[in-house]
Amino acid sequence: MSSTEVAASQSASGKKVEQLESVVIRFCGDSGDGMQLAGTQFTNVSAAFGNDVSTLPDFPAEIRAPAGSLSGVSGFQLHFSSNDIFTPGDQVDTLVAMNPAALKTNVIDLKRGGTLIANEDAFDKGNLGKADYQSSPLEDAEELAGYRLHKVPMTRLTRDAVEGLGLSQREADRCRNFFALGLVYWLYERDPKPTEDWVKSKFSKNPAIAEANLRALRGGMNYGFSTESFTVHYEVAPARLAPGKYRKITGNEALAFGLVTAAKLAGQHLFYAGYPITPASDILHELSKLKNFGVRTFQAEDEIASMAAAVGAAFAGDLAVTASSGPGICLKGEAMGLGMITELPMVICDVQRGGPSTGLPTKTEQSDLLLAMFGRNGESPMPIVAAATPGDCFAIAQEAMRIAVNFMTPVILLSDGYIANGAEPWRVPEMSELEPIRVEHPTELNGEDEYLPYKRDEQLVRPWVVPGTPGLEHRLGGLEKSDISGHVDYSPTNHHHMTEVRDKKIAGIAEFIPKQEIEGPDSGKILVVSWGGTYGAVRTAARRLIEKGESVAHCHLRYMNPFPSNLGDIINSFEKVFVPELNNGQLSLLLRAKYLVDAVGFNKIQGKPFLVSEIVEQVETLLESNT
Amino acid sequence: MTTELPVLTAKDFASDQEIRWCPRCGDYSILAQMKKVLPTLGLPREKFVFVSGIGCSSRFPYYMDTYGFHGIHGRAPAIATAVKVARPDLQVWVITGDGDALSIGGNHLMHAIRRNVDLKIVLFNNQIYGLTKGQYSPTSPIGSRTKSTPLGSVDFPLSPLCVAIGSEATFVARSVDIDIKHLTMVLERAAHHQGTSFVEVYQDCNVFNSGAFAYASKKGEKEDNVVYLEHGKPLVFGKNRDKGIRVSEMSRPEVVELGSGISEDDLLFHDEQAAEPSLAFLLARMRHPDFPEPMGVFRDVKRPTYDEQVNSQVESAIETKGEGDLEALFNSGDTWTVE
Repeated sequence: MSSTEVAASQSASGKKVEQLESVVIRFCGDSGDGMQLAGTQFTNVSAAFGNDVSTLPDFPAEIRAPAGSLSGVSGFQLHFSSNDIFTPGDQVDTLVAMNPAALKTNVIDLKRGGTLIANEDAFDKGNLGKADYQSSPLEDAEELAGYRLHKVPMTRLTRDAVEGLGLSQREADRCRNFFALGLVYWLYERDPKPTEDWVKSKFSKNPAIAEANLRALRGGMNYGFSTESFTVHYEVAPARLAPGKYRKITGNEALAFGLVTAAKLAGQHLFYAGYPITPASDILHELSKLKNFGVRTFQAEDEIASMAAAVGAAFAGDLAVTASSGPGICLKGEAMGLGMITELPMVICDVQRGGPSTGLPTKTEQSDLLLAMFGRNGESPMPIVAAATPGDCFAIAQEAMRIAVNFMTPVILLSDGYIANGAEPWRVPEMSELEPIRVEHPTELNGEDEYLPYKRDEQLVRPWVVPGTPGLEHRLGGLEKSDISGHVDYSPTNHHHMTEVRDKKIAGIAEFIPKQEIEGPDSGKILVVSWGGTYGAVRTAARRLIEKGESVAHCHLRYMNPFPSNLGDIINSFEKVFVPELNNGQLSLLLRAKYLVDAVGFNKIQGKPFLVSEIVEQVETLLESNT
Repeated sequence: MTTELPVLTAKDFASDQEIRWCPRCGDYSILAQMKKVLPTLGLPREKFVFVSGIGCSSRFPYYMDTYGFHGIHGRAPAIATAVKVARPDLQVWVITGDGDALSIGGNHLMHAIRRNVDLKIVLFNNQIYGLTKGQYSPTSPIGSRTKSTPLGSVDFPLSPLCVAIGSEATFVARSVDIDIKHLTMVLERAAHHQGTSFVEVYQDCNVFNSGAFAYASKKGEKEDNVVYLEHGKPLVFGKNRDKGIRVSEMSRPEVVELGSGISEDDLLFHDEQAAEPSLAFLLARMRHPDFPEPMGVFRDVKRPTYDEQVNSQVESAIETKGEGDLEALFNSGDTWTVE
């Protein structure tokens, strides 16, 4: 486990200070308890302190499930470290449980000997009943014997802390998350200043609430300092990250930044059409704040309209983008095909979530890969890229747009709920590091005395002439077009030809994208192939195995269609190919089809990311069976 | 305008594509009137965009030598909205039909209209699915016997104009395919309106629903079955212009004979610019054979357009925050430096 004790000393309070390498904390409580906020604040102060951080918000689909119920539990896990980390952690070192339901659903992930901080005021008869406890587990010597339990009367202490501010009891109780946060800040020696500043600015119009939250925060810190219950607190030194300026970023923020960057690099307007859907809505929220970048956001009447609008905006010459999650992508399918046959550039982001149908709206999954590959009528290939981490969303968004405009095609960008909502430190890029994106809107005829909208260059790419250009008037549409002239043409040979040309154009992108790289030896027993948001867990697992001297390498794919041109050679250099995925074997299917390889899948469809330990275990089992 | 534009004619707007509508289809006349109207608008050819959905009417863009986009079924308003927002300098027309606009595309139509996107939407209403060879449409009257309703349809029909008015349309008009002068006038008015112009054109599908609108288009019949709307004028109709529409005390329209104590002053006076849409709605609900059906501009009011407002938000954001600076964006929020 990650929290290695490296040194101990004494702090000002006379209490012991232990040095740790990394810690996993989870805040959990009722969905109205402000756990996401507490987690986000802890992440921010840790990132600002210089730790590497990785987060996993986990919240129910219901905005307000019945208070105190098991289904209404909301959690936020974060991993902070003095080392490079890739995942929010397998097991929890410190669990903050605000009520019995939160304890019940989360204690299973708390490691043996871990710290459990429970709001004992919430363990009343009513709440215990809602969590199916016969009696309070806090009073049961055996039930929680394996943990360092701290029973803290948070409700009462928070009310005391805010007394005299004229708050209602309800308002006072809403400050409990700050009390819990303050206690954990003390426990891990966090500087509360960034949070205090945030509170002051957030509640600047309501000084009483601001003061209450500040008092609750301080109250929590003082409680840790003075009570005898806590004898030790911990330090986690800043991480040794690559030099540079950093900030915290979530996947959806990074995706929005990447899209704006792409537009700026291309010197074009960004047109973003979307319809609210979990977990993609934050992209719309972020972009709608960036209008001074020339961004036009269009909250359409439905998913179909937002896709159709992206097609219209692309026709008009904008960099068009839409984003959704699986259910929305299904609805967009027909209009995506329209973008494909008219060969217009646009980016379609799918922030995947648990499916099918409405499925698990707030939980992560990787089960839209085949939807992206094949989810349209007719032969309709599209390039697909997949983000690996929250920060990678920035780069992959630019790459998606670059492919789209270079090859005049819609491009699908796969993200997922885990990276969309997860956060990590992000090195602020220098402007000089950004690769240009070139866009050309021809204004001259390309035929003898006419404009030929489907006359292609050597990469089979047609020109992007935009309405308003004198003399180049032309019509596009969903009917099959004659190559070169672009006239409607149903003739058998033309349709066969056009189908092949479109396919070849997309396949040719393999020559444009970087060659696949792997971590570990160039050949050996097992090649672990992963894609998308499982990067962190799989990379960590692979490194552990490689460090142990196992004959294992890790290949993480960001380009899903076409695959990098050297992928086949890499696969053929290993005895076995192991494919962990948060789906029922979708990449395995593609690898089997394309490379005729007997890929071994490891599939988890539980709405949760992989644990490092389960990947390691599976690979080890496979290694044993191999010998 | 300071630069002189070349004088364009209807011919300049004809594309080189063979027109594939059935002989004597009402669409030909609409196409011809459109080609006549465009040269009068003072815009060069490249500034026009025709966007359509699916159906016979939606082949329209292929026959116009302007920019054009033949979309997918029902989605033309959404495609066109983006074109107009992205390029406000373009004049964007949407060509659609009763099935395309009111059945599969009902949602997009409603939202384009309520947003008041500066689109000129022309709905060819022939009360039938022609391209799929003769199924009843959302505007087919009850009892319509078609391929999919051999015993007569039991669906209550929609009135396109009522849908538009209910969606808070700022410009609503109706005309008939072969009423050349009237249609030209209506298209011109639609072209000049700022905001969504919604025009219903009674269009004869002579193959699958021949003569559905004969009452409103045939000389000798239409005079008694149609009342032409003119702003500020009383609603008078009839071969001898001896009948009119009066509004009863119950706020219901009624047909009255002029003379014998009833003069034009007693009739309903048309007001295109009425703030409330109730007059337009009352007119839109007057159906044959109980009433003469109104033709012309039902409603023409001003409201800021969507495209204007979206773009002015962008402009004012640039004005107040300055042109977007990536470096500043990346460095926003809490940052820290690793040496």
